[in-house]
Amino acid sequence: MALLQIAEPGQTPEPHQRKLAVGIDLGTTNSLVAAVRNGETATLPDHDGQHLLPSVVRYTDAEPEVGAGALAQAAKDPFNTIVSVKRLMGRGAEDLKALGGQAVYRFAPADGGMPYIETVAGRKSPVQVSADILSSLKVRAEDTLAGELEGAVITVPAYFDDAQRQATKDAAQIAGIKVLRLLNEPTAAAVAYGLDEGAEGVIAVYDLGGGTFDISILRLNKGVFEVLSTGGDSALGGDDFDLALAEWFKDQLQLTDIDARLSRELTGRARWAKEQLSTQASVEVGFDLSGGGSSLTVTRELFDSLVDNLIKKTLSACRRALKDAQVELDEVSEVVLVGGSTRVLAVRERVEAYFKRAPHVNIDPDRVVAIGAAVQADLLAGNKPDSEMLLLDVLPLSLGLETMGGLTEKVIHRNTPIPVAKAQDFTTYQDGQNGMVIHVVQGERELVDDCRSLARFTLRGIPPMAAGAAKIRVSFQVDADGLLSVSAKELSSGVVSEIQVKPSYGLADNEIADMLKASYSNAEEDMHARSLREQQVEADRILISLEQAIEADGDVLLSAEELQHLQEQMALLLQLRNGTNYKLIEKGVKELAKASDFFAARRMDLSIKEALKGQSVDDIEGDV
Amino acid sequence: MDIKQNYFEFLGLPKSYQLDKQALSERTRELQKTLHPDKFAHLADHERRLSVQYTAYLNEAVATLKSPLNRAQYLLSLRGEDTYSESSVQLDPMFLMQQMELREAVEDMTDADDPDTAVEEMYAEVTEQKQKFQSEFQTLYDQADYPAAAMTVRKMQFIDKLERDIEALEDKLYD
Repeated sequence: MALLQIAEPGQTPEPHQRKLAVGIDLGTTNSLVAAVRNGETATLPDHDGQHLLPSVVRYTDAEPEVGAGALAQAAKDPFNTIVSVKRLMGRGAEDLKALGGQAVYRFAPADGGMPYIETVAGRKSPVQVSADILSSLKVRAEDTLAGELEGAVITVPAYFDDAQRQATKDAAQIAGIKVLRLLNEPTAAAVAYGLDEGAEGVIAVYDLGGGTFDISILRLNKGVFEVLSTGGDSALGGDDFDLALAEWFKDQLQLTDIDARLSRELTGRARWAKEQLSTQASVEVGFDLSGGGSSLTVTRELFDSLVDNLIKKTLSACRRALKDAQVELDEVSEVVLVGGSTRVLAVRERVEAYFKRAPHVNIDPDRVVAIGAAVQADLLAGNKPDSEMLLLDVLPLSLGLETMGGLTEKVIHRNTPIPVAKAQDFTTYQDGQNGMVIHVVQGERELVDDCRSLARFTLRGIPPMAAGAAKIRVSFQVDADGLLSVSAKELSSGVVSEIQVKPSYGLADNEIADMLKASYSNAEEDMHARSLREQQVEADRILISLEQAIEADGDVLLSAEELQHLQEQMALLLQLRNGTNYKLIEKGVKELAKASDFFAARRMDLSIKEALKGQSVDDIEGDV
Repeated sequence: MDIKQNYFEFLGLPKSYQLDKQALSERTRELQKTLHPDKFAHLADHERRLSVQYTAYLNEAVATLKSPLNRAQYLLSLRGEDTYSESSVQLDPMFLMQQMELREAVEDMTDADDPDTAVEEMYAEVTEQKQKFQSEFQTLYDQADYPAAAMTVRKMQFIDKLERDIEALEDKLYD
C-alpha cells in the first residue's frame, strides 16, 4: 500500500514528532502559558523573564499593547486600558450594572446584547479583548517553543456558565488557537499536583487571587473529577490585604490629606511589606514624605491582626461551600492552594487549621493552574498515547427550557457527566399554532427570570393541528467542554430547526469572521493565507488519521473495494491540499469525512469490543 | 446518531433487571477510556464528533441502567411496552388509596412536632415500598408478563414522585 506523503516542502515528515500544546490560565488579573518540555512542566517567561502577563490591554492608534506596559498606563489612559475583562465575558449589557462602580469604560449603547467598549481603536467586545491577551500568550509560546501550536487547554472557573465558556472559546478562535479542551481551574490545580492519580477523595481548592476568592469542592472518583460546589467572593483578594495595611500606615503617619498619588504609594509600600513578611518575621518600611522621611516596623503579628477579618471571610465561604456540597469537614482529604495571595503565611496557617490538614504548597500558587492545564494539553495533543488519565467533567449548572407561565423545565440536571445528549417532548397549546419559541436557559431556579437566558429560537412551519396534538422534540447535546447545541423537531411533520447555541450575549459567527479580518492589516490577503493554512492543517489531520486507521484496522474492517475507494478519495484531497484554494480543501475535507464515517464508526465499535474483551464475556447472554 | 446496540449490549451486560453494579462500573470505566472525546482531541473533527455521540450514549446508558425505575422502563421499552407516556390504565384502587394517605402524611410533615423523625419515617416507608415493587417487577419481568410488569412500573413512578416531594419538602425544612 502506497503511503501518502504529507509534509511541508523542504521538511521531512516525522510522524512521531512531538506536538506542541500549551496550557493557558486566562485570569482576571494575570494570565500565564505553560508547556511540557523534556518531561518537565513549566510556565513560559517572556523576553524579560516575566511569567505572569497582566491581563490588561491598552488600545492605541497602532497595535494594542498587552501586559505590564498596558498596566503601567492604566491610570493615565483609563478609557482605552481594559482591565479585569474576564468579569465581562459572556455577560450582557444589563449585567454591567451589577458590576457597580468597577466598570469605568465608555460602553457603546447596546440593545440587551453584548456590551461593547468604546476605545480609540474602535468598539471592542470583551471577547476581542480576551483574544488580544490570548494572542500575546500564543506568540510567546510559539517563540519559546520554536514551532506552531497544535492547540491549547484553556482554564475557566468551575462556575462559568455556557455563555461564559462559549465566549472564552470564541476568544481563542479569534486568536487562532485550537481549543483542545476548556478545563475547570480547580480541576487543573488538582491535576498539577497529580491528585488525579490518587484513588478517591474530596479535594478542596482554595484560590485567593488579587481581587477574587474562589473555593471549589471536588470529588475524585477513579479519575472522574466532579465539582460538588463552588463559592467565594468576587470582590475579595490580596489587594484588600494591601489596603488594610495602607490604612494602618495612614493612621500611624497621621496623614490626612491624601491624594491619589500618595494613596498609590502607600498601597505599593504595603504590598511590598506583605511580600517580605512571607519570608521574614518583621519588616522596616521607609516613607519619603513631604514633611521628611520616616519609617515604620511591621511585624507578622501586626499584619496578621490587620488581615484577620478578611481571612475569616474566606473561611466562612469555605464552610458554606462544604455545606452546599453536603460534605463534612473531615471528609476533605486534600487541600490545594492557588493564587498569589496564598503566599501570605497567615492564610496558609488559617487554612491548615480550618481543614485540619497541611495544604499542598509545593507548586507556585500563581502557576499551578497553568501547569495543570499544560499536563492535560500534552495528553490531548496525543503525546502520551498510553496515559491512563482521563478527566471527566460534569455540567456545572442545569440546562432547561422555558415553559408556560415563565417556569423552567430542566432538561439536563447539574452534575450530569458530560458529554451528554437528552431529548424532551413538548406540545403546542393553541389550535393551529404553527410556530414555537424555544427559550434555552441555564440555572437552578424555578423561574425563568432567575436563570441565565442562553438562546432563543423559533421552530416554524408546524402543520396546523389541534392544541396538544403536535409533538415537538427538543434535543440538547453538551460536548466535553460543557458547550451546548440544541435542535427542535416536530415529529409528525419532520420540521427541523437546529442551532449551535450562540448565547444571547455571544458573538454571531459572522462577527467572529469580521473580527478575524479586522485583526489583519492586509485583511484580504492575510485572511486568505490563514484560511488556507487552517484548511491544510485540517486536511493533514484527517489524512494522517485515516492513514493510521487503515494501517491499524484496514485489513479487518474494510473490503478491497472500500479500501480502494477510500484511498482514491484520500488521493483527491491530497491533490487539493497541495493547491491554494482553501474553499475546495474545506469541501474536500468534508467529503472525505463523509466517505470515511462508516469506517470510523466500525473502528469505534471494534474498540468497544476490545475494551470489553477479557471482562468475563461469557456472562453476556443472548436475547431470551 | 446510529448506534444500533441497546444499552445492555453496548455495555456488554446481560439484558435483565438484575444488575451487576461492579461489572457496570468496570465496563463504564473501560469504555470511557476508549470513547471519550479527549482521546480524539488530536484527531480529525468528524472522529471527535463521533466520539462525543458515543460518549453521550454511554453516559445515558449508564444513567438509565443505574436507576432501578429507569432500568425497568427501558427493559419494557425493549419489549415493546411503553411506560414513558401518560396512560389511562386504572391502577389498583387499594394502591391509590394508600398513595393518597402517604401524600397527606408528607404534607403534614412540616407541622410535625419532630420534623426530623417524620422525614426519616417517610423515607423508611418509601424505601420499603421501592424494594417491594422492584422485586415484584423482577418476578413479573422474568415471567415475561410484560403488561403486568408495566403496571408495576406505574406504581414505581408514584413512589418516585413521592420521594422527590419529600426531598423538596426536606429542603424547605432546612432552608
